[in-house]
Amino acid sequence: MIMEDMINLKINGMPVRVHKGTKILEAARLLHIDIPHLCYHPDQRIKARCRICSVEVVGKKRLLAACATECWEGMEVFTDTKVVRDTQRGILQLIMADHEENCLTCPRNGNCVLQQLCSRFNILRPNLTHVAEHLTVRTGNPSLVHDPEKCVKCGRCIRVCKDVQGIEAIGFAGRSTGLKVTTPYEDDFAKTDCVLCGQCTVVCPVGALVERDDTDKVLDAIFDPAKKVIVQTAPSVRVALGDAFGLPDGSIVTKKMVAALRMIGFDKVFDTNYGADLTITEEACELIDRLKNNRKMPMTTSCCPAWVNFVEKHYPGEIEHLSSTKSPMSIFSAVLKTQYARQEKIAPENIFSVAVMPCIAKKYEARRPELGKNGNFDTDAVITTRGLIKLIKYIGIDFVNLQEDEFDDPMGESTGAGAIFGTTGGVMEAALRTAYEWLTGREMPTLEYTPVRGFEGIKEAQVKIDKYNLKIAVVHTLKNAALVMNKLQVGQCDYDFIEIMACPGGCVGGGGQPVTTTFAATKKRMSALYEIDRSSKLRRSHENPYLKKLYAEFLVSPGSDKAHQLLHTCYQARTKEFDF
Amino acid sequence: MENIKYITENFGKYDISSIDSYMSIGGFEALRKAVAMDGDAVAAVLSEAKIKGRGGAEYPMGRKWSQARVVKRPHHCVVCNADEGETCTFKDRELIKNDPFNLIEAIIIAGWTVNAEDAYIYLRAEYACLRPRIINAIQQAEEHDFLGKNILGTGWSYNIHLYSGAGAYVCGEGTALIRSIEGKAGRPRMKPPFMKQSGLFARPTCINNVESLSIVPHLLRNALPYMQAGTKESVGTKLISVGGNVNKPGVYEIPFGISIRDIIYDLAGGVQEGRNIRLIQFGGASGKISDDRILDIPYSYESFAANNLIIGSGSVLVIDERTSVIDFLRYTQDFFLHESCGQCTPCREGNRHIRIFLEKIKNGIHTDEDIRTMKTFATVMPMSSLCGLGETAQNALKSAFTIFPEVFTVKKSAGGI
Repeated sequence: MIMEDMINLKINGMPVRVHKGTKILEAARLLHIDIPHLCYHPDQRIKARCRICSVEVVGKKRLLAACATECWEGMEVFTDTKVVRDTQRGILQLIMADHEENCLTCPRNGNCVLQQLCSRFNILRPNLTHVAEHLTVRTGNPSLVHDPEKCVKCGRCIRVCKDVQGIEAIGFAGRSTGLKVTTPYEDDFAKTDCVLCGQCTVVCPVGALVERDDTDKVLDAIFDPAKKVIVQTAPSVRVALGDAFGLPDGSIVTKKMVAALRMIGFDKVFDTNYGADLTITEEACELIDRLKNNRKMPMTTSCCPAWVNFVEKHYPGEIEHLSSTKSPMSIFSAVLKTQYARQEKIAPENIFSVAVMPCIAKKYEARRPELGKNGNFDTDAVITTRGLIKLIKYIGIDFVNLQEDEFDDPMGESTGAGAIFGTTGGVMEAALRTAYEWLTGREMPTLEYTPVRGFEGIKEAQVKIDKYNLKIAVVHTLKNAALVMNKLQVGQCDYDFIEIMACPGGCVGGGGQPVTTTFAATKKRMSALYEIDRSSKLRRSHENPYLKKLYAEFLVSPGSDKAHQLLHTCYQARTKEFDF
Repeated sequence: MENIKYITENFGKYDISSIDSYMSIGGFEALRKAVAMDGDAVAAVLSEAKIKGRGGAEYPMGRKWSQARVVKRPHHCVVCNADEGETCTFKDRELIKNDPFNLIEAIIIAGWTVNAEDAYIYLRAEYACLRPRIINAIQQAEEHDFLGKNILGTGWSYNIHLYSGAGAYVCGEGTALIRSIEGKAGRPRMKPPFMKQSGLFARPTCINNVESLSIVPHLLRNALPYMQAGTKESVGTKLISVGGNVNKPGVYEIPFGISIRDIIYDLAGGVQEGRNIRLIQFGGASGKISDDRILDIPYSYESFAANNLIIGSGSVLVIDERTSVIDFLRYTQDFFLHESCGQCTPCREGNRHIRIFLEKIKNGIHTDEDIRTMKTFATVMPMSSLCGLGETAQNALKSAFTIFPEVFTVKKSAGGI
């Protein structure tokens, strides 16, 4: 540490030493002081627009925004004087006067940043005229609900949509009290560039952008004696769920989660990782087929629904690059309502298939007509990690102290390759393990393929398998995906296989994850998934015993006609409109 | 009263459509002088004349230019802020209308001083009628090689571009202005980065008001009359826009130091029909107000500071006894409620609540608590707003608390409580 790069300042009289460039808000954290903030988000660039972090700095006539002001040598900051309290509290009162006050019926009741601030500042009764206007809720899609009356105009959603995803489906319009977050031409999301990734619902501090809640639908099915309600859980849920119950970021809570699901009342608790193993097996087979028969290259993954939406909407000419293999969720539900139903002698229409996903785009995927039969969808309801947290809290489960439990057989069986599906690079690594073995007849020398791991936006590598020198790329966030797709469109992309996930870090940072999700938490969840893989007995998808049985008894072999019928899907080039 | 013409010296003296006519009265001599000087020397002339920015922010102009020229980053540019949006302010319009070539010459001198490659004039939407004469002046300057490549054989190249705003008051604020030129929504951003480091298109930017710039060629040609006018701290002359209930509203050039009484009763011909003055607002909507007790103080930076007033944009708005203080504050508040960009909470929400309180006072239904809360928010807003608009929007109200305390008192009803 170079001495010149350090700065000494005082906050509320307490000395603190920080790196040059540190903002007051971050410096205060080192002293365990949380300066109130709304628009500030650790993963976003500074907006300094809510002004609730205003603090007093000796020598300055006005208050300064703690989120935006860099510390300087000798600076003296006060975060708790009368003028600071009057200002911070005043700003909160101004926001509340323009806020739809229906906390008790708000989806964010209990984990709303504004609510927490009001409690902290002891806002007991309004001192300003209530000026909130009634505004229309935007709902016309299966994933996303936008309630502008609850919006605090912090701009976090706009930043994530633009800076992380490069979509810009929402932005500010209007001025003064007419300022609002809205879509171009105030259209519904279906007509915008939105692909329903849901990142805005993670960063929104209040209940203005939330997912469509399907937890009641699940409970209704559970209460219906005629229904066999079967749940599958995506790999990334088990490493994120604990955050909401006070456990450290990235805690692995698989077995407690299974126990909780059983207590909620699901008849069977299965694992999407099983679906992931199937997806890998089919996708590896598809890759080899494309390679050997010189078909459309490069092949891209198709397990991420926001990514699929992105291609259909933004790059409709490139849909042939998408692997035709269904996503783990949909492949699982397809098997559940056919082979499993047959085996267990349950009428498929009596199965209610629930998926717990880190994602809100999955809610739209489940409603795709091609993923069902005769108007019946393979996946009946999708709830997010956040939805599952609500159900656990509804039942009143003491999650941290739960007795651990195991997934049910047979579709609870999975490999470590299935687990890492939940992180950027995981699908690629899992696919390579299987493809390598099939092409060479040998096991991959080291199963852990590190060049595709990590948080970098676009990772490239070359893998020599048999006579093929595969050029691969792993991409996360749609802003990075667009960079690759723009090259691909003009024929300047010589990859063979590309893994793309829409959310930062992959599903571990998904749009359906807890609202406390940050890049730092996401990275811990990534490590947790690799830990699950490392400690798994089976680490290659095609070794999954129930998967082998499925092929032997029903599907013949990977890539067979039967497998194609059941496990593959098709895509549709779209104009800007979705058929919600 | 003695008539002084310094900044307005050229008004009516030449054909504003002809550069030759401008040159026949000494046009572009100042530029020739400037390019023979070092940039620091040019900035020093401004510092000596103690020119403060005349858009309203009152930043010392010589300091601004000398700071701008030493910024190490490449591609410097100059912006001329002609978004004259303060209420009752129309001096820049007169300068562009009557002396466009002087402004062009000034912008070229600014470019030379701060080592700029380009200049942008940001003209307020309502001044569209002035576009042809600015475009004509730029074109003729280009034809005479005062713009373009290798200006006056110095090897220095420089161009001027003209942009029109879309009618937002807040775009007179520097960061909002540059965003508007960049094609973005005209909303201010936080500072730092400061303009001089990273302004328009992320280039080091030196931004000046029309009047501030217009002084420069005169000063380089003949500084003496300017230096002899005014007071010790407020050197020279100033264009003021006098409006409201006066007999002769208009733009006047005055030496600093004359009394406000002289301005209103001599230059502007007094109040209409001999009525009494209710209040005077100085420096536009964001300025402070006073009553007629200040009529005999000198119009200068130092005397205004001592009397809790600001010169700002140099406007003098006279409101006579027919308008009540509360009505005036309501109109001012309506202006800010319309013109706030809305991005930061205190300004977006604060303006409308202050407006609601003023309405209550107007209707006589306010309580002591209302007044307390209003005073709190009149402090919260300027303390915490993101830009100068929110910082100054309550200036009129805050000065009214001191000057006219009686209008805020709660009338106790006969029955009492």
